[in-house]
Amino acid sequence: MNGMISMAYLFSAVMFILSLGGLSSHETARRGNIYGMVGMAVAIIATIAGIVAGAYWMVAIAMAVGAVVGLSLAKRVAMTQMPQMVALLHSFVGLAAVLIGWGGFLDPRVSLSGAEHIVHNTEIYLGIFIGAITLTGSVIAFGKLQGLISGKPLMLPARHWLNLAAILACVVLGALFIPADLNAGTVINLLIMTSIALLLGIHLIAAIGGADMPVVISMLNSYSGWAAAATGFMLSNDLLIVVGALVGSSGAILSYIMCRGMNRSFVSVILGGFGSDGGEVAEGEIDGEVVATNFDEMAAELEAADSVIIVPGFGMAVAHAQQAVSDLTDKLRKMGKTVRFGIHPVAGRLPGHMNVLLAEANVPYDIVLEMDEINGDFPQTDLALVIGANDTVNPDAVEKPGSPIAGMPVLEVWKAGKVVILKRSMASGYAGVANPLFYKENARMLFGDAKDSLQSVLGKLSG
Amino acid sequence: MIIAIPRETAPGEARVAATPESVKRLRDLGFSVAVEKGAGAQASFNDEAYAEAGAEIRDDIRQCLDGAGLVLKVQAPSDEELELIPEGATLVAFLKPAQNADLLQKLAEKKINALAVESVPRISRAQKMDALSSMANIAGYRAVIEAAHNFGRFFTGQITAAGKIPPAKVLVIGAGVAGLSAIGTAKGMGAVVRAFDTRAEVREQVESMGAEFLTVEIEEEGSGTGGYAKQMSKEFIDAEMALFREQAKDVDIVITTALIPGKPAPKLWLADMVDSMAEGSVVVDLAAEMGGNCDYTVADEKVVKSGVTIIGYTNLPSRAATQSSRLYATNLVHLLSELAPEKNGEIDINFDDEVIRGATVVKGGEITWPPPPPKISAQPKPAEKKAEPVTIVEEKVAKKRSPLSFLLFWLVAGSLLLWLGKVAPPDFVSHFTVFVLAIFVGWQVIWNVTHALHTPLMSVTNAISGIVVVGALLQVGATGSSLVTLLAFVAVLVASINIFGGFFVTYRMLKMFRR
Repeated sequence: MNGMISMAYLFSAVMFILSLGGLSSHETARRGNIYGMVGMAVAIIATIAGIVAGAYWMVAIAMAVGAVVGLSLAKRVAMTQMPQMVALLHSFVGLAAVLIGWGGFLDPRVSLSGAEHIVHNTEIYLGIFIGAITLTGSVIAFGKLQGLISGKPLMLPARHWLNLAAILACVVLGALFIPADLNAGTVINLLIMTSIALLLGIHLIAAIGGADMPVVISMLNSYSGWAAAATGFMLSNDLLIVVGALVGSSGAILSYIMCRGMNRSFVSVILGGFGSDGGEVAEGEIDGEVVATNFDEMAAELEAADSVIIVPGFGMAVAHAQQAVSDLTDKLRKMGKTVRFGIHPVAGRLPGHMNVLLAEANVPYDIVLEMDEINGDFPQTDLALVIGANDTVNPDAVEKPGSPIAGMPVLEVWKAGKVVILKRSMASGYAGVANPLFYKENARMLFGDAKDSLQSVLGKLSG
Repeated sequence: MIIAIPRETAPGEARVAATPESVKRLRDLGFSVAVEKGAGAQASFNDEAYAEAGAEIRDDIRQCLDGAGLVLKVQAPSDEELELIPEGATLVAFLKPAQNADLLQKLAEKKINALAVESVPRISRAQKMDALSSMANIAGYRAVIEAAHNFGRFFTGQITAAGKIPPAKVLVIGAGVAGLSAIGTAKGMGAVVRAFDTRAEVREQVESMGAEFLTVEIEEEGSGTGGYAKQMSKEFIDAEMALFREQAKDVDIVITTALIPGKPAPKLWLADMVDSMAEGSVVVDLAAEMGGNCDYTVADEKVVKSGVTIIGYTNLPSRAATQSSRLYATNLVHLLSELAPEKNGEIDINFDDEVIRGATVVKGGEITWPPPPPKISAQPKPAEKKAEPVTIVEEKVAKKRSPLSFLLFWLVAGSLLLWLGKVAPPDFVSHFTVFVLAIFVGWQVIWNVTHALHTPLMSVTNAISGIVVVGALLQVGATGSSLVTLLAFVAVLVASINIFGGFFVTYRMLKMFRR
């Protein structure tokens, strides 16, 4: 029986790998998702059929309730709310890992000694520690993205020391806990560590600004994977280990890609506090004036342009403007114009967020290009349309070495013939730095809600 | 400062360096303008119009150039004209500095400053002064007009009561400004247009003009500096020739525009290709001045070989003199507004300005050509920037690490592993093996995920990390401890939310992606 379960687990693990591999192209992505479902189903059925003895009704109730909640959440969530949704789901993995860790610790069946005991306790300890950080960190990230908590980084005095102290305390508690046997003292040690880890998760993520949320989410994704892997070690379950490692490395790679997109080191993002001192750049330093435009003028600009590059940012998601953008794209393409999209790696609050929104609005994905693919084309483009993007199109990153965002790769929209920026106000972006793009000679501002503006402009276009 | 606009004396040159409209704008910059009598006659601008715009009409070239501080011309001056330009004056014209070393020498000896308009660097800021592009635009247009004039059929296909007329097929070789302009013109006249260029990056531009972009099977990027093409390898040229031979049998009109800076024009349309073309076909060679792209091309002549008309006119813009004078004059006004930023009628040849530095070929008696290479290409960056991001990163890491620290890293990692193997139970070791291998598998797989699918990747990894449910299932009701069972129950519940929610959200997202 054990051999059969192992084989079923092996099959699941292969399915999961194929599932991730399927995402390498749009054509195979859906099949990849199905592989994932199959793998999961096989793993769960094998576990229930093979190992779980009795308590079937409990499993059924728990899974049924979980399924109903999960499906209704997934069904209701708008694509603009994907980042929150993913953050929330991460917190569930964290919670599950903490609970399983505690369950493993309190499991009366386990009686190990010597090295095995130490290894087992280490695994429990690590699993709970990572799981707890993932849990509260994800909840905080969810709150920030949902707007329940301010997006501003929380700057406690001596925050690095607080983190360090928390980690040291956990190490000390771990040294006490790991070799000891199950008794009241170790339970308290583990409880204290769990609380410290929960607080640490809150503090770590609260200190990170809203603009860095894409990194945070992928980092938490990675954490949830490592938590699963630690759980797998604790339970001597290879499937959990494999999946945990897959998810963990996936999140780590995504974090790395995001950090590179912002030209910042991973450490500086994790330590947080970005954007708090960036606001020092005085508006007065920028010469020139902002020229506002109106719907008629913008429609005329669009009609005159042969090639248009649209650069969406988080503002497009906020305004739910993706459908209007898609309609505009269709119309312009029917008028025989070249329309393409330029996507910054950190646009939005989740890696690939913009792609998902544009796909939701039926924008063909072969005209949606990455920053590196399209940056060289701006000089030959008649019109760049910036919709709710700010820091990702800030010329200071390239032109002003002293700027807080210097060196961050940006979409060089100002090199296009004309730039029209759709924006609610002159407020600065999450990085808190002023944007000289708005003052450029070839730039025009169209103030107002992006969705309303685009729909008005669409009405003015002939043809 | 007085600007002199002499009449062009070169044979066949109908253009003029200023129009009545540009005279007005030059006067706004603070200059006074003297125009030689009849200077604009061939471009349909009469003396009265110039006078009305505020120019002084002078009877002959001697009077015109007398006291001039700035001389605007189209063609390089002849020796006689050169004699008449006052010392210390500044000359702006098409000087062809690469071929005219003698002229530069003479200008330097006479202490005449000179700006060659074709040397204006091809950067974004200088586009409004890029006379070469303006002229190329007209040349491309005119090439199609000349071809149509010599071609015995319609361009557009028609079905009439008197029979079916097939559309003319036009092949444009070289999709620079002239080529693109020719494509647009021929397309506008209803022809079927194809284009070839060694630079893959122009494909989009060609297609945006409505032409079909022809390619050869060999991958080689032909972008050189400054937006020009570079010379290609032999294999590439062979493949290109094979393509042309095939096309020669099919097309009616060929327009060649291939130029490589500072070199004779490449021979692309060979004698045998012309011979295989149908009677009555037309070849227009825009590279005739640099020796021609076609074997049969005779500069400034129209010849007929095996029934095919080969047009080698070198000065096509002059054949549309009104239009080209207008564009050229406007380019010069833009250049002068850079030269005279104060708008006080005085010019300053400021070498800190990249555009002026590039255009200036003689200053203060010294030849300053060739200029330092332009820093920014007006064309998209070549393909090497688009290389896989992964490889770039790995290269960087590899470069930073010295072999010693590399060795040290593996020594430390290796001994740690050995230590772990010694103390840990065998069960743990086998799990650890699986763990490390899985990380590597994940690493390999995830790098292949396209950027656009990163959000689905997150939600699907999220869903599969719900696999911790297996751990919870093992604990439910199996341990005999009701506390553990309760914990496990909650764990199963939340992990299930993850599994169902994660997969369903991924499914919803992926459903939306379409081509």
